[in-house]
Amino acid sequence: MEEFGCEWNDAPHSMGTTIMAVQYDGGVILGADSRTTTGVYVANRASDKITELTDNVYICRSGSAADSQIVSDYARYFLNQHTIQLGRDATVKTAANIARELSYGNKSFLECGLIVAGWDKYEKGSVYSIPLGGTILRLPFSTGGSGSSYLYGFLDQAWKEGMNKEEAEELVVKAVSLAMARDGSSGGVVRTVIIDSSGVTRNFYPGDKLPLYYEEIPYRPTVEPMSA
Amino acid sequence: MAEAAIALPPKGGFNFDLCKRNAMLEKNGIALPRFRKTGTTIVGLVFKDGVILGADTRATEGEIVCDKNCEKIHYMAPNIYCCGAGTAADTENVTDMVRSQLELHRYATNRESRVVTALTMLKTHLFGYRGQVSAALVLGGVDVTGPHLHTVYPHGSTDTLPFATMGSGSLAAMSVFESRYKEDMTREEGMEIVSAAICAGIFNDLGSGSNVDLCILTKGKAEYLRNYKKPNPRSYIRSKGYDFARGHTAILSTKITPLKDQVTIVEGDAMEE
Repeated sequence: MEEFGCEWNDAPHSMGTTIMAVQYDGGVILGADSRTTTGVYVANRASDKITELTDNVYICRSGSAADSQIVSDYARYFLNQHTIQLGRDATVKTAANIARELSYGNKSFLECGLIVAGWDKYEKGSVYSIPLGGTILRLPFSTGGSGSSYLYGFLDQAWKEGMNKEEAEELVVKAVSLAMARDGSSGGVVRTVIIDSSGVTRNFYPGDKLPLYYEEIPYRPTVEPMSA
Repeated sequence: MAEAAIALPPKGGFNFDLCKRNAMLEKNGIALPRFRKTGTTIVGLVFKDGVILGADTRATEGEIVCDKNCEKIHYMAPNIYCCGAGTAADTENVTDMVRSQLELHRYATNRESRVVTALTMLKTHLFGYRGQVSAALVLGGVDVTGPHLHTVYPHGSTDTLPFATMGSGSLAAMSVFESRYKEDMTREEGMEIVSAAICAGIFNDLGSGSNVDLCILTKGKAEYLRNYKKPNPRSYIRSKGYDFARGHTAILSTKITPLKDQVTIVEGDAMEE
């Protein structure tokens, strides 16, 4: 299809992406945008980059879509076996280490940045960042993807120790929407996942629910479906 | 290096043995053979009762249309069909391979195939070949868990969507979907939008053309409508017909080589049961 000039079909599927996870007092909040691109074409404007590994551990995916999907599929599979053998819920640390082993062990073939976060009864909420080479780093909050470049300064100023659930979610939504405003490879909707002792809650923030920043115009819903 | 006692088949993954030879041939000026590609517009859509898949029917070899009416909607299972864009050989073979694996799986499990099974088999295979198998697919079907629609990319990533387009005409088709899609459409509305999307690809993309094929998948039923629409009829046929009698083309020289000098016919024994 090169002769028809459509690199959007031949370019690898990449998730330009803004992903982040924040640990709060009682659990974790994961957030992501929803744009998947092939070259400059948006292949999926409503993708879900926050994938389940176990009931209590989720993973944010960035980088190559194929690589991150395969790594999280394998991680889910190994964690499932581990949970059966262990006889109780896996810890977030174990889940993150399994993902790290896959990422580090195949570092020359893979291109994916991951954030593993969840809740377990030992450490309560925890966030582990696994960037491109396969490092593992436990942090109180972490960002990833191309949009994260725009968030370092913002989070240095806005992140505080000891936030509650509402404050933390507001921070995540604000950060992801700021990154989406500036990064061409991030966009669509904001998805958040809240994990605490009682379970998992998924939230969805479409364009009109997001705050507006400098120079942004109000969101207009798409035109009414055309009748035939 | 010790020779293997048994000649084992290769374990899988791309075999790079011929790459050096190909590079050498190319350097010496021999052009690589052109791939037969399906430029293509393929689409899929979830409606109230199931999934509708659509495809155009043009196959190209470089700039030439080599097949004006090829079939791009491939059967995977009685309840699962798959549209393919990209290199025709790759889409044909990868869908054939997964179709056989699904059938064996049905015998082993004694159950109707699920769309996610086909999806996982396709993505695992394509990921292993690191994007060298140039197959971009729209996979749709209805199983016990409901209607499903997925797109599969050559590198092995997948998306799950309510409406999807792939191929060189995907942007033209997506514009139709984005403006007209709504949830819970009826069968007629769905068919109308899918054929409009394919027609957008046929008329606005050079890599797509000819006719519209549709496949409507609902619970327990799959309707494959081959050539549902033919918006490019052959408009001129010479009334005198096409007869190329001897004399139309100038004969420059003639050389006759009798084969009986080179071929001997030997009577053999009749085949026995």
